[in-house]
Amino acid sequence: MSKDLNLTLHVWRQKNAKCDGKFVEYPAENISPDMSFLEMLDIVNEGLIRKGEEPITFDHDCREGICGTCSMVINGRPHGPRERTTTCQLHMRSFKDGDSVTIEPWRAEAFPVIKDLMVDRGALDRIIAAGGFISVPTGSPQDANALPIPKEKAELAMDAAACIGCGACVAACPNASAMLFLSAKVTHLGLLPQGQPERYTRVRDMVAQMDAEQFGTCTNHGECEAACPKGIKMENIARMNRDFIKASLTYRPAVVGGGAG
Amino acid sequence: MSVAEQSIAGAEARGHGFLASSVGRKVVMAATGVILFGFVTVHMLGNLTSYMGASAMNHYAEFLHTMIHGMGIWAFRAVLLTAVGLHIWAATTLTLDNMAARPTGYRAQQNVASTWASRTMRWSGVILAAFIIYHLLHLTTGTVHPAFDPANPYANFVNGFKVPAASGFYIVAQLCLGLHMWHGVWSCTQSLGLAHPRYDRLRRNFATGLTVLVVGVNISYPIAVLTGFIH
Repeated sequence: MSKDLNLTLHVWRQKNAKCDGKFVEYPAENISPDMSFLEMLDIVNEGLIRKGEEPITFDHDCREGICGTCSMVINGRPHGPRERTTTCQLHMRSFKDGDSVTIEPWRAEAFPVIKDLMVDRGALDRIIAAGGFISVPTGSPQDANALPIPKEKAELAMDAAACIGCGACVAACPNASAMLFLSAKVTHLGLLPQGQPERYTRVRDMVAQMDAEQFGTCTNHGECEAACPKGIKMENIARMNRDFIKASLTYRPAVVGGGAG
Repeated sequence: MSVAEQSIAGAEARGHGFLASSVGRKVVMAATGVILFGFVTVHMLGNLTSYMGASAMNHYAEFLHTMIHGMGIWAFRAVLLTAVGLHIWAATTLTLDNMAARPTGYRAQQNVASTWASRTMRWSGVILAAFIIYHLLHLTTGTVHPAFDPANPYANFVNGFKVPAASGFYIVAQLCLGLHMWHGVWSCTQSLGLAHPRYDRLRRNFATGLTVLVVGVNISYPIAVLTGFIH
């Protein structure tokens, strides 16, 4: 069994959205390399609680890389140094004994800090609500094969649907842009027949909401793609731009008073 | 208010204008960028006449000034000025939006995929704007040229580059152009939605090839004058 680790953490502590925050140094001692990064933080927090100090607040939920909740920037990279990994899937064997680890919250105007490492990602929910949906009649489900969907389209839509909305793309982008997130939603729904009725209103509404939330814009650095735990591709951003251009060219303003007939 | 109501209110407050939207301004940036890359490529090709001697280059200059009864050059200038204006407008407003989107930076930011060229687009762009103003005052109006003769562009070209400081600034500006083009040519395909896995390598290679060609040939002009190859 490999040796336990002793690390020095530099953690962003901020009491609430209004207070200024600062980095505080904490030792993380006797950490098993088999622990996840979040378990390491749990141990540090137990120590803080025993000493009567306020534990470090951080977001976490499923701890199996699906929910996208465990947002933190570890040594300058969202979810830490490993590719295609969320923080909960990051193990302490990725660090060396004596390492210094800087832990910061997602940094974006659109993601206000709630406390310490926890940020409010409601902006992503509002973008989804602006257009990331399809309209279907409820009731008994349709026969699975009623709508022919080419295998390739189904795969591409599924790849985009792998987005867990964690916000790592925003955190990694030097412009705090959410375009990889948007493009995943636009692609996921826009490639499938069920998504066609709202395809062009969706992209315009979601982009308008993204701008209203004060996310930045894409300058094609590629940091989002590198940080994405689910491997969402920048090709989706180009597809979204394509749909946006077409939507802007063909947009018809809503008719007041309803259509004839 | 529910999340959905907040969304609709937010989007309506912002308006749906193409030019007001971030993606719309990216498209303006990319489309005007294509015009400007096209221009620098043609400009580089036209100046190859300097290697063919004084009469070839002066005839080429005369052609530019007299084509379509002298209207042609003004049509080109109008398109270029509009493109430059829109490009700078889009770049400025998007940059300000992007800076506002990340008011607090990271203590430790690791760049994984971005390039030095992509991170310095703003700086290379500002240096290029300054260079273009100098270049126009130098070889178009002759204001800052030591011995400007409107009737002899070839002599202006040679005499202008004989000043090492002027040549040095041209070379530095061309290296900035290289950084700007290398990221920009690839980046504009992305902003215009022209992406497909089959053409990913082509896009990258086209950007690299065009950049090396334009910058390489452009840098050769001052060097050729300073070394006496063009005299």
